[in-house]
Amino acid sequence: MRHNVVITGLGAVTPLGVGASTLHERWAQGTCGIVDGAGTVTEYEPSEHLSVKEARRLDRFSQFALVAAAEAIAQAGWNGGAGDHPYDPMRIGCIVATGIGGINTVETQHDVMRDKGARMVSPLGIPAYMPNAAAAAVSMKHGLRGQMYGIVSACASGGHAIGSALRMIQYGDADAAVVGGSEATLTEFGFACFNSMQALSESGISRPFDLRRDGFVMGEGAGMLVLEEESAARARGAEILGSVVGYGSTSDAFHLTAPEPTGVPASRAIELALADADVATDGLDYVNAHGTSTQLNDAAETAALKRALGEEQAKRVPISSTKSAIGHLLGAAGAVEAVATIQTLRTRVIAPTLGYEVPDPELDLDYVPGEARPLVLGNGRPPVAVSNSFAFGGHNVALVFRGPEAA
Amino acid sequence: MSTTTPEQIQNRVVEALASFGPDESQITRDATFEALDIDSLDLVELAQIVEDEYGIVLKGEDMKELKTVGDVIDLIASRAS
Repeated sequence: MRHNVVITGLGAVTPLGVGASTLHERWAQGTCGIVDGAGTVTEYEPSEHLSVKEARRLDRFSQFALVAAAEAIAQAGWNGGAGDHPYDPMRIGCIVATGIGGINTVETQHDVMRDKGARMVSPLGIPAYMPNAAAAAVSMKHGLRGQMYGIVSACASGGHAIGSALRMIQYGDADAAVVGGSEATLTEFGFACFNSMQALSESGISRPFDLRRDGFVMGEGAGMLVLEEESAARARGAEILGSVVGYGSTSDAFHLTAPEPTGVPASRAIELALADADVATDGLDYVNAHGTSTQLNDAAETAALKRALGEEQAKRVPISSTKSAIGHLLGAAGAVEAVATIQTLRTRVIAPTLGYEVPDPELDLDYVPGEARPLVLGNGRPPVAVSNSFAFGGHNVALVFRGPEAA
Repeated sequence: MSTTTPEQIQNRVVEALASFGPDESQITRDATFEALDIDSLDLVELAQIVEDEYGIVLKGEDMKELKTVGDVIDLIASRAS
């Protein structure tokens, strides 16, 4: 028998501000956090959240994770202090994904090496830029002593992290987990690399599924969740924000960067996640798309959804992309979008795909143009959503979330 | 190097340690690194600052025995003279 897994805390640091509800509220209001072709986190000031020592020792990506984790843990009512948790600390897991890791630190220390020589490279370089640094920081700050690691699968990292934490608790290896993803790659080198690939939007506009889409807009930030075994969470009287009920993951084995165009492997991830959740295609109320605003992704994702759900259900279910409001947060995307999805299910407000105005004749699903709309339920059951994450390298992840009984 | 006074060294060490986290008022000669939450990574950074600014190379074995702020100031001053 596997355990059920509920969500008791959410946290986010995004181009729309600090806070999980801020993210969804502002997105639903039609606010776009993208300025001058980048989704920069502008409302975060390290000194408001971190000690001098923490801020010095943590790359920007770890700082975002720490701030989002603190929000999620506070919402879960864990008080936040190390050794002050409702569970044995050795049975609380911690997984924080990233696509790139501490690239700010790599660039800064590489400059130091060129300017002053190898002897002057900081001893804090490696511990700041290692991709597991964010997980280590969250674990250390909150005294989480169960399984702890980073996960790396480019833009699917956040999705894989949540799936792995789900399995950890379902299997009984942990009673709870603090999980999410974080990214901070808005650096000169980061832009140079993505620009060389011609992956970034020349217009600087993220408009997923629109005919005029011309690439993704890079963003930064973090999303974190507290997951708990359901009976234990209920026994301690925790507020249940929703459940993680399904996880499916496959790989394209096709091309380094291009998605497999038929959508077969991606659709299989969605099918596996729905089967894992024991949810039929007509029981799906919302899809939070990967929706990057690239020609290839949005076409392949549409094909995958049609294949997984069937034409009729794929055309019925509302689909929107958080990336239209904050850009592509790479390894944090899956986690931030999970937070946005759960907020959608809690508030029963579906935020729109911003900037979607000119339909692509090839892409004929309901991408929620224009304004936010209410999430309508057929029969009074709790709402269910899928969140997709796909990635360079050919990673496909689908997660299924169920909202609370009442909004 | 002969122009560097012990006071200048002390001021620079206090400034560097303060930038690592502890409150400047706590950084007295008698304060231990343990009490200031200054660890081995911080001491390597301090050694880099000293090497960069005074040309004095402090190795790991030099730093290992240091317990207080005064210890490190005295070590640097002895090498500077």
